Amino acid sequence: MAITVVSVKKVLLLRTLPLKLNEEVVEEYGSHRFMLSHGCRFVLCASGDLVKVYSTRTEEWLHSLQGHTNQVTGIALNPANHLQVYSCSADGTVKLWDFIDGILIKTFIIGYPLFAIYVSEKHEGVLFLHVSMATDSKNECFQLVAVHLPKSAEQEVEAKEMSVVSSHISSNPSCTAFGRGGEYIAFARRLQLNVYFFRKQKTCSFSLKATDKKGAQNAFTCITCHPTDDCIATGHEDGKIRLWRNFIHKKEYTYSTQHWHHNAVNTLCFTPEGTHLLSGGIESVLVQWQYGAGNRKEFLPRLGGSILHISASSDGQLFCTSHSDNKITVIESSFKVCGVLQGLVKGDAVLTDLMIDPRSKALVLNGKPGHLQFYSLLRDKHLYNLDIVQQEYIYEAGLDQFEVAKAAFDIKGSWLATVEERGQKSSDLEFFLKLWAFDERTQSFVLNTTITAAHTDRIISMCFSSSEETTMLVTIAEDGQFKAWCQGADADTQQNQNFWSCDFVGSYHNLKPTNCSFSADSSLLAVSFQEVITIWSPETWEMLTTLCQPPGIIRDLCFGRLSCSKYLLGTTTRNLLCCWNLLTCALEWSSSVEVSKLQPDPLSENVAAFSYQSKHTDLFVFKPSEPRPLFTNKNVCSEKVHRAVFVPREELLNNCDESSQWLNRSQLYFLTQNMDLLTFSTATEEDRMLSSSKQLVIDDSVAVTPFYLLLGKHRQQQQKLNTQSHPAADKPQQPQGSVTIKELLHTPAHVLPAASVLCSMFVNSLLISNTGVQQDCLREEMDSEKEEEDSEEEMEACDSQQELRVQGSVDEVMLKLSKAQERELKRVRKTDFSWMADLIDSKP
Amino acid sequence: MASFKPTKVPFLPKLGEKVTEETLYWKNYKSPVQIKEFGAITKIDFSPLPPHNYAVTASTRIHIYGPHSQEPIRSFTRFRDTAYGGRFRGDGKLLVAGSEEGLIRLFDISGRVALRQFKGHTKAVHMTSFLSDGFRVVSGSDDLSCRVWDVPSAVELSSLTEHTDYIRALAPSKLNPDLFVTGSYDHTVKVFDMRSGSSVMTMQHGHPVECVLLYPSEALLVSTGGRYVKVWDLLKGGQELVSLKNHHKTVTCACLSSVGNKLLTGSLDRHVKVYNSSYKVVHNFDCDASILSMAIAPDDEALAVGMTNGVLSVRHRRHKKDKETLTSRRRRGPSYQVFVKGKNFVPRQDDFLVSKPVKQYLRKYDKQLKSFEVSKALDTALQTWTRTSKPDVTVAVIIELKRRGTLKNALAGRNEESLTKILNFLLKHIFDPRFSRPLLMVGDIVLDLYQQVFHQSPVVERLLQRLMEVLGREAELQQELLQVLGILDTLFTSLTPRKEVLWERCCPMPLSNHCVSVSSVSADVSKI
Repeated sequence: MAITVVSVKKVLLLRTLPLKLNEEVVEEYGSHRFMLSHGCRFVLCASGDLVKVYSTRTEEWLHSLQGHTNQVTGIALNPANHLQVYSCSADGTVKLWDFIDGILIKTFIIGYPLFAIYVSEKHEGVLFLHVSMATDSKNECFQLVAVHLPKSAEQEVEAKEMSVVSSHISSNPSCTAFGRGGEYIAFARRLQLNVYFFRKQKTCSFSLKATDKKGAQNAFTCITCHPTDDCIATGHEDGKIRLWRNFIHKKEYTYSTQHWHHNAVNTLCFTPEGTHLLSGGIESVLVQWQYGAGNRKEFLPRLGGSILHISASSDGQLFCTSHSDNKITVIESSFKVCGVLQGLVKGDAVLTDLMIDPRSKALVLNGKPGHLQFYSLLRDKHLYNLDIVQQEYIYEAGLDQFEVAKAAFDIKGSWLATVEERGQKSSDLEFFLKLWAFDERTQSFVLNTTITAAHTDRIISMCFSSSEETTMLVTIAEDGQFKAWCQGADADTQQNQNFWSCDFVGSYHNLKPTNCSFSADSSLLAVSFQEVITIWSPETWEMLTTLCQPPGIIRDLCFGRLSCSKYLLGTTTRNLLCCWNLLTCALEWSSSVEVSKLQPDPLSENVAAFSYQSKHTDLFVFKPSEPRPLFTNKNVCSEKVHRAVFVPREELLNNCDESSQWLNRSQLYFLTQNMDLLTFSTATEEDRMLSSSKQLVIDDSVAVTPFYLLLGKHRQQQQKLNTQSHPAADKPQQPQGSVTIKELLHTPAHVLPAASVLCSMFVNSLLISNTGVQQDCLREEMDSEKEEEDSEEEMEACDSQQELRVQGSVDEVMLKLSKAQERELKRVRKTDFSWMADLIDSKP
Repeated sequence: MASFKPTKVPFLPKLGEKVTEETLYWKNYKSPVQIKEFGAITKIDFSPLPPHNYAVTASTRIHIYGPHSQEPIRSFTRFRDTAYGGRFRGDGKLLVAGSEEGLIRLFDISGRVALRQFKGHTKAVHMTSFLSDGFRVVSGSDDLSCRVWDVPSAVELSSLTEHTDYIRALAPSKLNPDLFVTGSYDHTVKVFDMRSGSSVMTMQHGHPVECVLLYPSEALLVSTGGRYVKVWDLLKGGQELVSLKNHHKTVTCACLSSVGNKLLTGSLDRHVKVYNSSYKVVHNFDCDASILSMAIAPDDEALAVGMTNGVLSVRHRRHKKDKETLTSRRRRGPSYQVFVKGKNFVPRQDDFLVSKPVKQYLRKYDKQLKSFEVSKALDTALQTWTRTSKPDVTVAVIIELKRRGTLKNALAGRNEESLTKILNFLLKHIFDPRFSRPLLMVGDIVLDLYQQVFHQSPVVERLLQRLMEVLGREAELQQELLQVLGILDTLFTSLTPRKEVLWERCCPMPLSNHCVSVSSVSADVSKI
């Protein structure tokens, strides 16, 4: 009885979630990849092969610049035009974008993988790039090259004109910076600081000793130049900041040292006026040094993960810091945090399982150190962090701190159990079992019980019973015992307290337990002890039976659901997937698959099994009742999958296709070892996603002005009216009606023909789309159309008046008229005004 | 940006102690008032009338104390020999007492001289009491007889000689004037009915009976003797209801609280135990000497305990009023007005709001931890007040320092004075199972750090010597406990029926906890 592979047509798309703000924190090029736009309105950040644009005010994701085929490694604003941005990528191209509208303007093909980009106002038409010249990947050799951009009107240009500035530079992109007005460029490599003067065409180099008597580590970690002064600030591995001056004359250079950071300085940044120097490191404290005032400094502590990069807007109003926990903090110049862009926090490893909060349907996993994060998959938004450890986190490298190691929800979502651990590496392990009750009033979890010595050794796994009436928690630990915890008052204490206490301790021949699972109705508890599975009755704590399949230690364990609830599934370390029938207590079937993760769907009978063989992961979805898989996907990803979860859908899909039926009720998310969160989605879903994201762009790109507020209010009212009259038709109609207008308004102005030519076409398009509109209403529209020709501002004002008038008349009619004219009214209401809104919206 | 999270002081309950309503009730007594009497106090009786004066029989006199006086408001001293068993009548106006010479005296509360003297007993009369009609007195004597006397005429009405040993316990029925219960050293408790003139019920206590007590409903009877307290059901013909063995010496006295009829027993082992309605010990009062007599005032206002060394200790109930006056006296902070000042201001429409960040109040050690001043934080946590009254705070700071990896830095570089502080703290708390783990670690670090310089200071050396001794003793104790545990284990396994699986109800935590601390302690000792 083996799993037979059923051939499946590839209808399912594997999609990486757009969950990350700045992915892969670990890699070396990471820090030069985000910046504030001119005028502080947008934050641009590289994320995978996209450049994402966020609004600093609403903290919303506006749109992304799509086009690169590999990792985007650097972005830089075009110094000649502050509405344009250059992005370089490992695919060997530099692209120039209009980031407000998200239009690709030009592509320059360089041909080598690029790792960072620098531009300067003085060198117009020249890009400075980090290029990897290595032919073999072993000894990576980075070069700083200047690329002259050819002036041609074509969309794709090959930039051939290159000159090498330095052929031996650090791979760290923050180790290169332009000096005052672009007169020189400074770059550091290990212990050497080089300054290249463009005028003299000469490089000066200054070097430091590797260590001194006090054990300082002098290697350079980052570099920045003062915007108006001849001063270079360098950060070092031991946390020192050096300010270099007078380096134009090589012999007479001086430097002053300032020391506050206790670990390496990750990033340095001067404010645009050069009055302050900002520095950040692993301590997660943003330090603001007053330039020229010695040691006077200000701090902004506890920002999040370690600071990777700081960027200041060109008018000096805002600073941005990017953090290792996938976060961007927006800070005002008065040193106050005014916004946080938080992505899915990705630690070094997800110790907890992926879980779904039954109440909010949010994905729950390890977040910030010592926290659990709640992430809404539906809205792709970080909801909140739940502080589990409740201790001050000390940002220090190599310090062993408490981490949330296990977590479990009960079926209603009213209880959360967590285990936090410290000292996994050393011998003295500390851990606490905590139980959290959901508080309706505050809508979050509140600590109910802390159990200090739940077991004498590490807790391996835990699970809640799934029955509705009584909640029970079972923990298994390496001390060979499993304990059942119950909520309830003690017999002796009359006070009504709902704390948790131990109810039962069980063990089996002193074997180490490996996993535990409750059946769907929680009438049975299965605990696996090495190679033996024991089945217990939680009511009487009697051991009912043991199941044994000799080869291999049991790894995963789960009961079947619904119609398959009589089956128990188990996987062993010796490549065996077994299914027992609990009625006959016999093995129903088994198959030899190396299963790394077994995940049952809570809403259906299906079970997903990830198998890792010969460096790629396969997915099988099957029902426990039959050994034939419903769905097979070979080579899902190249890493091992350890965590997976079925997320219940908001609305059921009606896929009739046999192979994708298992996705109807819930969606499968899984986490690879590289910490990529992947999911399966069907083709129809993908389309819907795209359209919804477009709508989002239209809605959010409007700045909040008093004018907008006025109009926005009316628009909302109108939308409400629309939805009242025909809620179903609301969604698809909006984009349809505005296609023409969008086409008109999204094309650059210089390409468009004269407005007088366009006008008739424009009006025509409206006539076609709104055939059923009443005469008088149309006339009003026509009026507004005529006025539009005059000027933009006037038109907007008029529009609003028009709208107001229409709105007002509708209201009056509503008041006066009886039922007889309801029908007519409805028709008035049906009039699509959305084009007007779009008209207003699309003005930046 | 998150704010600083202060050090969490974990609440660790003391093992094996459960806080219930009843323990709270019984804990709510003030510390005892001690009054010295001339000899062992054999009997205490509260007057049924307010203000509930009480008669204390000790040596050759009976003193009557007021509820809050420490000096006797009246004393009866006309005894030639030791007086016994002074008891009030139901209206609180008369008092009867026996004596060593066999005479029974009847006093008026306001007078000095005995109103009546009942002669007839040939040996000491230890127990006397009025019957509930108030006109008759019953007495139990060492001459094995139990006599009933008429108060107006001072004649003996009847003599009952059914006991075969000294009669040392007597309790009249409050509902029926003809019934009374006697307990004797012949191990029996007898219920006498004056109408039939003989005993109607006999219960075998099994030990010399020291005290008998009737419940107000008179359906239950309590008898104490030996180490046992037995409760009998009179309505079921004297069937034994429960037999309690909570004292380890003879139980000499018992009384019932008036609120909820809780049983209290006092014993020669110097403890007063309080039982709940299901006869489980809920509270325990410790005394300085063996207890001979005990009485509780109506409404449980005061508990008076008499001891062999002649000390009468009276515990008064603490009232809410007292507490309030105490706290109000202590708190002299700023008034409420100061705190709400400006908080309830509602801004007008055009006002520009400048929000002020809410100030986070931190303890001193938290402030120091926030600025990474670890040594200072430890010093703050080791301040005398914190160290003595809130050792859990000190330990919490130590744990926090350990977590930050700076415990060694905080302990290093200390002078003799502060080192003495730390060592004294260790000596006091190292065996508390709640604290032993971090404190053993502190001990290790201190030893490591100061190994070279210990001999320079005799004070520190002496403290270390003591620490070593104490640790050694504890390790021995733990070893013995482990042995006992092993014995118990074998007993349990032999008791449980042979089954494939071993399973047991969750045993309480202390046992396993001891095991943990044993291993760590013994390891530490070997290191020293």
